Amino acid sequence: MRYILLIYQNTEAWNGLSQEDKQAMMHAAGDIVSELSANGEFVDGQGLADASQARSTHVRDGVVTFTDGPFLETKEALAGYCIIDVATPQRAEEIAARWPDAQYWGMEIRALMHGGGEEG
Amino acid sequence: MFVGSELAPQVIAALTRRYGRFDLAEDATQEALIAAAQQWPANGVPENPRGWLITVAGRRLIDALRAETSRTRREEAAVAQEPPPGADVPDEDDTLTLLFLCCHPALSPPSQLALTLRAVGGLTTAEIASAFLVPEATMAQRISRAKSAITEAGGRFESLHDEERAARLTVVLHVLYLMFNEGYTATSGEQLQRRDLVREAIRLTRMTRTSLPEDGEVAGLLALMLLTHARTRAREDADGMLIPLAEQDRSRWDGALLAEGVGLIRETLARSARLGPYQLQAAIAAVHAEAATADETDWPQVLKLYDVLEALAPSPVVTLNRAVAVAMVNGPRAGLAGLDVLDDDHRLAEHHRLASVRAHLQEMAGDTAAALAGYEGAARRTTSVAERRYLQAQVRRLRGDVENPRAAPTSG
Repeated sequence: MRYILLIYQNTEAWNGLSQEDKQAMMHAAGDIVSELSANGEFVDGQGLADASQARSTHVRDGVVTFTDGPFLETKEALAGYCIIDVATPQRAEEIAARWPDAQYWGMEIRALMHGGGEEG
Repeated sequence: MFVGSELAPQVIAALTRRYGRFDLAEDATQEALIAAAQQWPANGVPENPRGWLITVAGRRLIDALRAETSRTRREEAAVAQEPPPGADVPDEDDTLTLLFLCCHPALSPPSQLALTLRAVGGLTTAEIASAFLVPEATMAQRISRAKSAITEAGGRFESLHDEERAARLTVVLHVLYLMFNEGYTATSGEQLQRRDLVREAIRLTRMTRTSLPEDGEVAGLLALMLLTHARTRAREDADGMLIPLAEQDRSRWDGALLAEGVGLIRETLARSARLGPYQLQAAIAAVHAEAATADETDWPQVLKLYDVLEALAPSPVVTLNRAVAVAMVNGPRAGLAGLDVLDDDHRLAEHHRLASVRAHLQEMAGDTAAALAGYEGAARRTTSVAERRYLQAQVRRLRGDVENPRAAPTSG
């Protein structure tokens, strides 16, 4: 089963962290990715550039609008993702809970849709 | 899949016998197959393709042994280079032995499946990764770990004794069934590699049957695959929408596959001392296959078979399917009653299926509002795009009915 783990980071809180804390988090995340790669559970993962650098767009009545910043103005912003292929939903939750960001802000766990299906 | 891949098991077997290292033999064989896939189209298939592969793989294996630099290993390799007499003579049972090894209980079913596809099927890591929608590196790791796990658990390339053999065969059949199912449930929007798994599953099951011609469950599994695969062209419409069995255009079912499947299960049931779950599932598929239209389906016979299957090998899926048969024989309320037991069953990995079957029976019973809510809930829960489309279509259809009430729909 494939899941995407979404890292929702509190920008203000992140900026308030010490350099050591930030490094520690990045190492911890790196360790988890190494472990998942060795396990054959890792599919993909990336950090996203700072939310302040995001651009958003929508089209209404043929008019295209671009704005600076993320789509939703909230305290938490998407900071990264990791796609995993695991045996059970519990395993996905276990991995998400271990992610360092889970301790500081939060992780969202979403199942991925797949193309196959049974006609029943 | 490439002509050389059929020889994979024999090459692995020959090298494992010679050098005693299944893990290295399997890697070396993969590399030789890749080399062959590149060179044979250009230079022509060699006169003795098996010999070519064994020679090339053997060289790679020796290189790998040398790379494991302990002196002891070098000495072992030097000794092993003299092939013991008879090492190159293929054993009829090599493929079966390899299949048994790949399905070692120390591995999870997905790992058993991946290793079987590579070692027995001769597929490349890239092909397998593509079929399972993961990066090649991820699949390579899984296969590598699978082989380590086998070694750590003491698994060896050797014949199994009777009791172990029977238990291991059950695992093998389960893995082959998983392989088939992965391929069969792939929809036309998905890659060819996923649907090729059906062909591979049938091929390997036929191979198993050649090794074990007397085994009823092997025959049953093959019959089940053939009878199910026969419906491939009827299960999706032109827009890629899934069509349930009851609504399929049976003229699109593959007559040759049906004939072979029905013939095989009939013959198997006639001589089988003990019926197993695959034979029973094949028998159910054959009852459907023999009905020219959905209305002509011998549902009482289907229900009898589900009763036996539930007693023999109960599972949530069997309970679900049996409930449908109950509904067709004894009415929808009786069918619905059979579903209640599943509400608390945490083995039912896909609760959307329970919601969907329940909604179908509620609709049959004239309980349109409950059916509508059920289909909506199922549509939200499923992770299958194709199933979601189907369920959302039922929601739209029932909404249309609610807004324009007419006589309750008949079964199907």
